[in-house]
Order: sequence, then C-alpha cells, then structure tokens
Amino acid sequence: MKKLLVSPAPHIHGKESTRGLMRDVIIALAPSLLVSIYFFGFSAIKLAFVGAITCVLVEYAIQKYIIKAKPSVKDYSAALTGLLLALNLPPNSPWWIVFIGSLVAIGIAKMSFGGLGQNLFNPALVGRVFLLVSFPVIMTDWTTPASWFREGIDSSTGATALSIVKEGLSKGMSMDEIFAQNDFSYAQMLFSKIGGSVGEVSAFALLLGLVYLIVRKVIRPHIPLSILGSVAIFSGIFWLISPENYPDPVFTLLTGGILMGAIFMATDYVTSPMSSKGMVIYGVGIGIITVLIRFFGAYPEGISFAILIMNATVPLLNNYFKPERFGKEVKNG
Amino acid sequence: MSRTFSIGGIHPGDNKISANAAIENFPLMETAYISLSQHLGAPAEPVVAKGDKVKTGQLIAKANGFISANIHSSVSGTVTSIEPYPDLSGNLVPHIIIKVEGDEWLEGIDRSEDIVREISMDSKEIIGKIADAGVVGLGGAAFPTHIKLSPPPNKKAEFLMINGAECEPYLTSDYRVMLESTEQILIGTKIMMKALGVKKAYFGVEENKPAAIKKLKAVASKGYKEIKIVSLKKMYPQGGEKQLIDAILKRRVPSMGLPIDTGVVVHNVGTALAVYEAIQKNKPLIDGVVTVTGKCMTEQRNFRLRVGTSFDTIMYAIGGFPKDAVKLVNGGPMMGKAISKMEAASVKSTSALLLLTDKETRRGVEGNCIRCGKCVDVCPMGLEPYLLNRLSRANRLEDLEVNMVHDCIECGSCMYSCPANIPLLDTIRLTKTQVLRIIRSRPKK
Repeated sequence: MKKLLVSPAPHIHGKESTRGLMRDVIIALAPSLLVSIYFFGFSAIKLAFVGAITCVLVEYAIQKYIIKAKPSVKDYSAALTGLLLALNLPPNSPWWIVFIGSLVAIGIAKMSFGGLGQNLFNPALVGRVFLLVSFPVIMTDWTTPASWFREGIDSSTGATALSIVKEGLSKGMSMDEIFAQNDFSYAQMLFSKIGGSVGEVSAFALLLGLVYLIVRKVIRPHIPLSILGSVAIFSGIFWLISPENYPDPVFTLLTGGILMGAIFMATDYVTSPMSSKGMVIYGVGIGIITVLIRFFGAYPEGISFAILIMNATVPLLNNYFKPERFGKEVKNG
Repeated sequence: MSRTFSIGGIHPGDNKISANAAIENFPLMETAYISLSQHLGAPAEPVVAKGDKVKTGQLIAKANGFISANIHSSVSGTVTSIEPYPDLSGNLVPHIIIKVEGDEWLEGIDRSEDIVREISMDSKEIIGKIADAGVVGLGGAAFPTHIKLSPPPNKKAEFLMINGAECEPYLTSDYRVMLESTEQILIGTKIMMKALGVKKAYFGVEENKPAAIKKLKAVASKGYKEIKIVSLKKMYPQGGEKQLIDAILKRRVPSMGLPIDTGVVVHNVGTALAVYEAIQKNKPLIDGVVTVTGKCMTEQRNFRLRVGTSFDTIMYAIGGFPKDAVKLVNGGPMMGKAISKMEAASVKSTSALLLLTDKETRRGVEGNCIRCGKCVDVCPMGLEPYLLNRLSRANRLEDLEVNMVHDCIECGSCMYSCPANIPLLDTIRLTKTQVLRIIRSRPKK
C-alpha cells in the first residue's frame, strides 16, 4: 500500500525565497556598483569585496561559535549588508574601515539582536554611522582615487556638493554664486558625480535599481516615493521662501545619499513598516528629518540619521497603522 | 472591463492542464462506501439495514436535525454493512457499504438528456425538493443548500450569485460543467432565484476561461437575461464568497457576518447543476464531476463520478498511482485536503483529485521572518499573518481576537507567498478555531 504524504493546505508554494529576494537587491545594486568601478576602479572593488566577505564571515563565526545556531549565510543577507556598507563609504576609504564597519554592522546591529529579521536598526547604516562618529576625518575625505578607466575626476575638489553648499552658505554666499563657482549641472549629478560615497556616483544607476526592485515586486514603491516626495515638497517650501539661502529641490534630491537611502537603505524589510499607511508615514518622517538635518544641522547630509531615527518608530507604526481590514464593519449580535 | 476583489490576492500558476478533458462517465465500482457525514452539520441517520436491496437514487439515510442532509444510494445492490470506515482524513466515521449489483435506478428519475426548461414548482416546493434530494454546496464546504436558500425572516436576499470563478489552480470540473451543461446550470440558477424570490443573478467567471464566458453569454442572451455573466480578473482567492461579492458588487461582508448581510446568496456552479437535476429531473445528488489531474500523470481526466467510489478504484482505473506522486489532494492545491487513506471514498463535494510529486509539494526549510510584509500584502482579509503567527505561537488569544484572527478564510495566500517558508496558516488555523469558539460562546447582546 502506497504511503501518502499528509499535511495541511496549502500544498504548493510560490517561487519566492529569502535568498532570491536578497539576490534581487544585489542585482538592483549592480548598476551603481559598475558605475563606481568605472569611476574609482580597484578602490570600489576592494571596498565591496572586503565588506561582503567580512560580513559573511562575522555572521558565520557568531552563529557557529557563539550562539551555536545553524549558519544562515547562504541567504545572502550578510553579503548584502557588507555591500551596502561599502557603497556608503567615501571611495578612498582604507580596507580596514569597511572591515570595522562590517564588524559593527553584523556583530552589534544584527546578531546581538538575534540575527536575521530581529534587528531594530538597519545594520549597514549602524556600521556607517559608527564609522562616521569614530573616524570623522577618513569618513569625510572625499578625495577621488585613481581609476583604471579615467584619470581622476574633473572636479575632484575633495568635497561633496552638499558640503560645498553648506560651507558656501556659511560664508554668506548665495546659491547662485555657489553654483556658478563650482560649475554644478544637473546632468552631471544625474550621470556622473560631484564627490560623494562609492554608490552615490550616478543617480541614474540608482534609479535603474529602483525600477528593477519595483518591477520584480521585491519592494513596493511606497517608501522610496514618500521619501523623495516629502524631501521635494519640504525642501521646496524653503527654496520658494528663500532661493538665495536654500538649494532647489532637484539639487536636493540628486545630491548626497538621498536616492541611495530612499531606494536601498530605508526599504530594508526588517527595519521598515509592514502596512502601506505605516510605510508612507515612515517615508515622510525620513524625508522631513533629512531636510531638517541638511538645512539646519551640523552635518551636510542627514539621511542616515533620519532612517535610523525612523527605524526606531517602526514597531510603533506597525502597532498603530494596521492594513485596511476587509471586515471593517463588525456584525452585531 | 474585468473586476476583482479589493484587498490582497495572489496569482498561483494556473495549471489547468485538464481543461480540454471532456466529462466521461466513470465506470461503476464494485463496492460503494457512502459516508453518513458528507455535509456540514449532523450526520444523516440510516433508513436501510444490512441485507436490504437498494436502487440507484433511493434514500438510504435521512437528515438528522436542522443542519443536515439526506443521502441517497449512488448504486443499486445489497447493503452489506453499516460500519465505521475511514473518511478523507482517515477518521473512522459510519458509512453505508453497498455491494454493487447492476445499475437499476429508482423509478421516476428522468435520465434522458432532454433539457426541461419550464419551472413548475413554487418557492416552497423547490426548497423542500432540494432538501429531499440531499443537495449540498459543492464549492467545498458542503453546507446544505436548502438552508442557504431559506434566509432568516429578518434578512432579505437581493441577488443570487453563482460562483464560476474556479480560482484554485488545476481544477477544471466547474469549467467543464459550464461548457457542457451551460443551459442546465442557467436553469438551475433560475430555480434558485425563484426559491429566493430575487429578480437578478450574477454569474462570475474568471477570464482565464474565455470559452465558458462566451458560451454562458450566448445561452444567457436567449431566455436568461436576468442572469448577468460577469467576467472577473484572474486572482486567487476570488472563489471565496466574501471576495466574490466584493469583486462583483463592491459590497463587503462584515466581520463575523454572512453573505446574506449584504443581501447576497452565493452558490457554486456544481450546486446549480445539482439543483437543476433535483428539480427538473427528479434526480437526487448521487454523483458529481471530478477532475483527476496532476503533472505527474500522462492523462488528465474529468469524470462524472458516483458518490462513494473509493480512491483505490479511481487510481486503478486511470492506470495506477503514478510512481512520482506522494500526495493525493481532495480539491485544489491551495485549500484542498490531503487524503490519508487510499481506501477512503469520494463524497458529494469531491470536485478534484490532485496528485502532487515530492518536488511540487515538499515544504521548504523554515527560516527567520524577514518582515518583508508579503503576507500582509496578499491577505485578502486585510490581516497581518506574520503577527497572527507570532501571537498564535504564544497562544495569546486576546491579542489574536483584537487582530481579527477570526476573519481568516484559510485561503493559504500568506503561506504560499512567504519567502521564509514559515507555516503561517498551520499556526493561525489552530488559534482561529479557539478564538471563534470563545466569541460564539459569549452571550449575545
């Protein structure tokens, strides 16, 4: 007699897996990675490689020797964290910077909370912010390393557009003067670079990644769009009031880490809300905090802090902003 | 423009590989195993005894209590025993076991192919006759049809809805019935409209069945104008009553409510055919159309199968249990029940036998929840399966009620979509039952 397998429904499963989703995010990062290799050559490869390998090894070692759990490095999530961290560092960073950042990202921000799915804060961002406050000089050294493909960069002033603007404004210059002096153009911001982290070279490459993530249904558009929209609107208000003292919204969106943050960092599954309503509130919160830090804070860029701050509100958002229930109305008696 | 329901839903692969298999009569079995619990509610009470001779269509067990249904012999022969026998889940429940001798039908049953269009009975007679014929809902739950056709006096039915969505992958029995017995099911629909006293019916079909939609529209335009054929976007679980009503009428059944709370009564295509046969042909519910399918099988079939045919017999007739198959499912892959004993026999509501291989059905290794929110996205009831799973594992029944676990329709969309292979529905199903019991045990206001 044939022994039949018995288990409750459903009897079939979709094709999606954790590993597949993580792989898709890595694929979505590929255009940005390729552009940064084109501009920074070996330096970009080195950072990405050290980041990914360190994260994977740290996670494996902790699972195997400390918490004695089954190693789960095969799901690519650790590699993705390492890659994201590397893409958020200045291109000229030494290898040990990304190594330390990876230790913090995986060891502290991820594994000490219980591993995949348990962490409150985005591990790559915790790693980056740790480095920023511990090694402020290295982390704001925007010198461009030599590339195999290009001789340096046209405007390798060693500063990002944001820090140029911040410094210029503090010296009492107007936005027009800063733009004229530095020869900024939107085309340059969209396709190449004016100083910044490894992965922020090309806005276009990042947007390509966004399209891929949405088409493959890895993420829903709520978070990126609400961040970008709120940044545009909120910074636009300041610009409309005083165009002399505040950059226009297009400049704000295309420079610094806003795209990188909105597309890849804020959308991290583990540290973002579950419901559409929660996602929009979270996104708008990130957008507003980012603009506030940029315009009024000590740092030229604020998206990392903004995302980490909003990460902390996620459990609350999940608790108070439930999805729309089908049976909203309850039958009496 | 096609419609669909407003929240969640998934697109599992269609796999309607048996769609072109026309309905064939399954050969008579040697022994019939007829369960006394083929419907929701109390088991029927036998009215025959060991040694009795019965004819095909003869009443052998009568409804016992308000929610129950009559059962008729699907064969002619001698009752050899009334004893506990494994049901689909392997539990021993009383069955009437009949040794088949020939195929002698009870007099008065019209077995011709002629279509009887004139509906001569009034509402009360129709409902009585449907109860006599032991008709139950053939969409899965096997709820006695005559009760669904008699809404409580304080509730008024406005529309009848016929569910031809057949949104489960693989299943094609409703599709074949819509194609091959088009006018019969439209007459069945009219009969139920008359029973309910409604002027209009909606007949929902998913657009992956264009041939059925075309044929239904063609026949409906000639004499069945009060039945509107509605083309629905392909989306699982559209065949759920609540989803179907939302898709067609944009009305939402309230939490803990029934379709009648929105003025709608929903019946399945198979039920419409059974009603037609009961009223116009005087034929009780003793057989049904069953899809026998699976990618591991060389041939895909649709059978008209007598109730009480054992799964052994069916497998034997199609050339044996396929070597690669490990699981036999009664119904579709999303909500069907895995059969545990091959000697168990078909019941009134059996609509498909699906054979799955180890590769197709093996569950993946459970990983950590990555909070991707896919389960929340796909839940057609707007629930949070990841949260319900966590609360279920901690048995936090109060929190589960606050988060509306009792609204779960057990469609399995969450579990199907979970990238971490978490058995969400396994845990939710357990606490849902407990929470429902608690809610129902409270004194009514």
